[in-house]
Amino acid sequence: MRGSVRLHRSSLKRSALAAGGVVFATSLILSGCGSKASDTEAAGGGGGAESCVDTEGATIKVGSLNSLSGTMAISEVTVRDSIKLAVDEINAAGGVLDKQIELIGEDGASEPTVFAEKAEKLISSDCVAAVFGGWTSSSRKAMLPVFEGANSLLYYPVQYEGLESSPNIFYTGATTNQQIVPALDYLKEKGVTSLYLVGSDYVFPQTANRIIKAYAEANGIEIKGEDYTPLGSTDFSTIVNKVRTADADAVFNTLNGDSNVAFFREYKNVGLTPQDMPVVSVSIAEEEVGGIGVENVVGQLTAWNYYQTIDTPVNKAFVDAYKAAYGADKPTSDPMEAAYVSVYLWKNTVEKANSFGVKEIQDNAGGVTFDAPEGLVTIDGENHHITKTARIGEIRPDGLIYTIWESPGPIEPDPFLKSYPWAAGLSG
Amino acid sequence: MDVLIGQLTTGLSLGSILLLAALGLSLTFGQMGVINMAHGEFIMAGCYTAYVVQQIFSSAGVSLIVSLVVGFVVGGALGVLLEVTLIQRMYDRPLDTLLVTFGVGLILQQVARDIFGAPAVNVIAPEWLSGGMEILGAVVPKTRIFIMVLAILCVTVLAIVLKVSPMGRRIRAVVQNRDLAETSGISSRRTDITTFFIGSGLASVAGVALTLIGSTSPTIGQSYLIDAFLVVVVGGLGQIKGTVIAAFALGFLNSFIEFNTTASLAKVILFVIIVIFLQVRPQGLFTVRTRSLV
Repeated sequence: MRGSVRLHRSSLKRSALAAGGVVFATSLILSGCGSKASDTEAAGGGGGAESCVDTEGATIKVGSLNSLSGTMAISEVTVRDSIKLAVDEINAAGGVLDKQIELIGEDGASEPTVFAEKAEKLISSDCVAAVFGGWTSSSRKAMLPVFEGANSLLYYPVQYEGLESSPNIFYTGATTNQQIVPALDYLKEKGVTSLYLVGSDYVFPQTANRIIKAYAEANGIEIKGEDYTPLGSTDFSTIVNKVRTADADAVFNTLNGDSNVAFFREYKNVGLTPQDMPVVSVSIAEEEVGGIGVENVVGQLTAWNYYQTIDTPVNKAFVDAYKAAYGADKPTSDPMEAAYVSVYLWKNTVEKANSFGVKEIQDNAGGVTFDAPEGLVTIDGENHHITKTARIGEIRPDGLIYTIWESPGPIEPDPFLKSYPWAAGLSG
Repeated sequence: MDVLIGQLTTGLSLGSILLLAALGLSLTFGQMGVINMAHGEFIMAGCYTAYVVQQIFSSAGVSLIVSLVVGFVVGGALGVLLEVTLIQRMYDRPLDTLLVTFGVGLILQQVARDIFGAPAVNVIAPEWLSGGMEILGAVVPKTRIFIMVLAILCVTVLAIVLKVSPMGRRIRAVVQNRDLAETSGISSRRTDITTFFIGSGLASVAGVALTLIGSTSPTIGQSYLIDAFLVVVVGGLGQIKGTVIAAFALGFLNSFIEFNTTASLAKVILFVIIVIFLQVRPQGLFTVRTRSLV
């Protein structure tokens, strides 16, 4: 009896340990898959099938494709909302070429492969004239072959790392020379001679930091350190300790998501202030400020093209319409505005081309303008990006971001940074 | 020198965070052998308890103290619910428990998302914990000092309870030899439930404290779950002191490796070290050694 008990207990312990091992292995594999999935490109699309878009009826179909579930839903639902707002406004004003727009919404579920599948569905079974959506670079890269294969159109509304241009995609968010480079120009103008780079460990921060380092080398700015943390990392004591010891003039922050909360709390608690060492962030917009706690980021800087506080009649109308539709406590942010703009740019291009055809839109896109909440934007016919005004903002106690510097006018998009001699070694 | 002190205190603070996150698990996993994948979600429940309590009390200081107590009860209640409905049916099937509790964890995450929304919520730290304290030239945030003190307090109380109280003696008896304990008139069911209550409660206490330094979002528990299991496995099952030593050892190792390399690389190196260590000592640092168990 005692023997069997002994056997049972020790085997239980051993299997418990073994199972513990399984736990680690499983979670390692799971997290491995998570990052892998984002690199996976979906298989090519329909292979240049004939367009099935119906342009005869009283309505014209377009699609929206955003993550309405999964980790990205927090950001992308607001983008879907502003696409819908633009469509409703256009319909109320008479539609496009006398047709009402019918919006078909799909959920990309925060998975690049799902984005590719749903894009395929929207193009070949719903027969939409254009698709608006995507957020992460991996979702865009997964959809790109689908849109090129089926020769259809995607309007992508988020700032990204540049180094891309497709005839089938219109990029209405900033490329690097409209966000990161102006931010560096601003810092240089303010007399910053050294920087510390902190970012999450994935494609956007890595690419952004490569550009920053090239710029710094050409402009005599010293990079005192460069640190990446795994996505979702919550312990920043060591990194903040390194930042504090390095004593740079400013910190350039490309962290994403929840990591920002831990980073800024630690930063404030070791006594670092925006006066000693300001942090310039490129992924914190109005919505994120609330989650971080405005008391932890007051006075810190951001680099975007649009803030809710921009004081123009056009922006006021946009903010009022958005709040009326979705609630007075909902802030508007840069990606939402870029998505709203993308729908109007499509409309204006269609009207200029007098056609919903892909080729006609591509041929006529160059020079199409829209008086956007961020100011006048113009499509570049060559690289399919748009001109944007760069703005450095300061986070104030009311949780909103106020422009403290802006570029003299809209900046021409240059996704491959060809017009910057210091960036010669970057593209490729 | 500053840097060295800075990293020493960072290691100490990281160690106490790990300790706090792992302490509950060292009871439920270490002592009872239950692989509870929902442990991270009990931590998350603590975070949201702190958030809810803060909506009631206007003073952040009062709400922090109240949350610690309420958190313990909320976490404990969740744990008991899980134990009574599911885990008690599978004490002999650790792998099934793993899957079931993993599912429960996902459900709890979704519940939090439905109630509080996917974006992180902000738990305000009390005024007397803002800023830092200078220790030999290095600045240590007061929130981290608070967590250190709390971790030490929890370990001490738990150790005393296990060592001297009748309840603690019952817990140890059941852990060491379930059948013999039952023969001596101890209700192993009641003891299991009590142990699970304390273990899960401690997870939520950790959650309340962690709101001081990190974000409060539905997936927050996931970031601590693996670390907690690591600490318990390295420390060895069945002993609190193993957990304590392992937590601080991993805290120091991590902070020093990270300082000299990068955060991602530090995690890799740490895992390699742990794998090698477990090859040499599969039972972890300490293990219960009694005549009946050799």
